[in-house]
Amino acid sequence: MNPSLFSPEGLSGVIFLIIIGTTFLGAFIATCAQRLIRCVCGLAICFLGVAGLYYFLNSPFVAFMEILIYIGAVCITIAFAIMLAEPDDAKMSRKINGLSGFLAALCGGVFAYALAYAGVNGTWMEPASKVNDGSVKSIGMSLLTQYSMVFELVSVVLLVAIIGSLVLAQVGRDKE
Amino acid sequence: MLTLSTQLSTYLVIGAMLFGFGVFGLVRRPSLIGMLIAVELILSGASVNFMAFNHFLAPDPATGQIITLFIMAIAAAEAAISLSIVIAVYRNYKSVETEDLVELKG
Repeated sequence: MNPSLFSPEGLSGVIFLIIIGTTFLGAFIATCAQRLIRCVCGLAICFLGVAGLYYFLNSPFVAFMEILIYIGAVCITIAFAIMLAEPDDAKMSRKINGLSGFLAALCGGVFAYALAYAGVNGTWMEPASKVNDGSVKSIGMSLLTQYSMVFELVSVVLLVAIIGSLVLAQVGRDKE
Repeated sequence: MLTLSTQLSTYLVIGAMLFGFGVFGLVRRPSLIGMLIAVELILSGASVNFMAFNHFLAPDPATGQIITLFIMAIAAAEAAISLSIVIAVYRNYKSVETEDLVELKG
C-alpha cells in the first residue's frame, strides 16, 4: 500500500528521498571534484544528509552531534589543512590517470555491491522486546553506567591525540 | 517508493554506497588531504550501518547511538592527527601528493 503524496507519510517519504539525494550528491562531489576545497564542501553536504538519515532513525541527538562534530569540527579542520598545506595551483591540476580512475571505480563498486548484497539478502532477526526507547535519557544512563569505562578511554584517546598532534607539528617546525 | 524510510535494507544500501564512495576516493585521490576526506566517508558509511541495525534490530536502542558517538570522537581525533601529519610532511617536502613522498622507495 502506497500512501498518497500529500498525506503526512507521503511528505515524509519525499523528504527522505531528498535526504538520500543530498547524501549521494555530497559523496559524489567529495570524491570527484578537482579542487580540494570543493571536496570539503561536498563532504559537509554529505554529512548534512547523513544527519537527516539519523533523524529518520529516531535519534535526533546523534543527528545533532553529527552536524556539530562532523560539519562544525572535522570539515573545518580539513579546511585548515587545505589552507595551510595546499600547494600552488600548477601542481594541483595534476591529471589523474584514466586507468587508475576506472580501477578505483571498479574497486569501490565491488565493495559497495558486495556489502549491499549481503545487507539486502541477509536474514535479520527481529528482537523479542526492546529494553528501552533509545531516548536521550537512556543514552545518558548507559553512557555513565554500562559504557563508563569506554567513555573514559575515549577521553584519554582524545587527550593523547591533541598532545600528539601538537608534538608532530612542533617536530616538523624544528627541521625547517 | 515513499515508504523507503521504514525498511532496514534502504539504510544498509546507503551505508554500503557511502563505503564504496569512500574506497573509490581513497584509491583515486593523489593527495593526502583527499584521502583523508575519503576516509571520513568510509567512517560515516559504517556509522549509518550501526544506526540502522540499532533502530531496527537491537534490543537496546541506546547501544548503536553510543557506538556512533564513539566513532565520531575517534574520527575527530583522527582528523586532528592527520592534519598535523599533513602539515609536518608539507614542511619537509613542500608537497602533499603521494607521488612525491617516495624517499623510502628502493
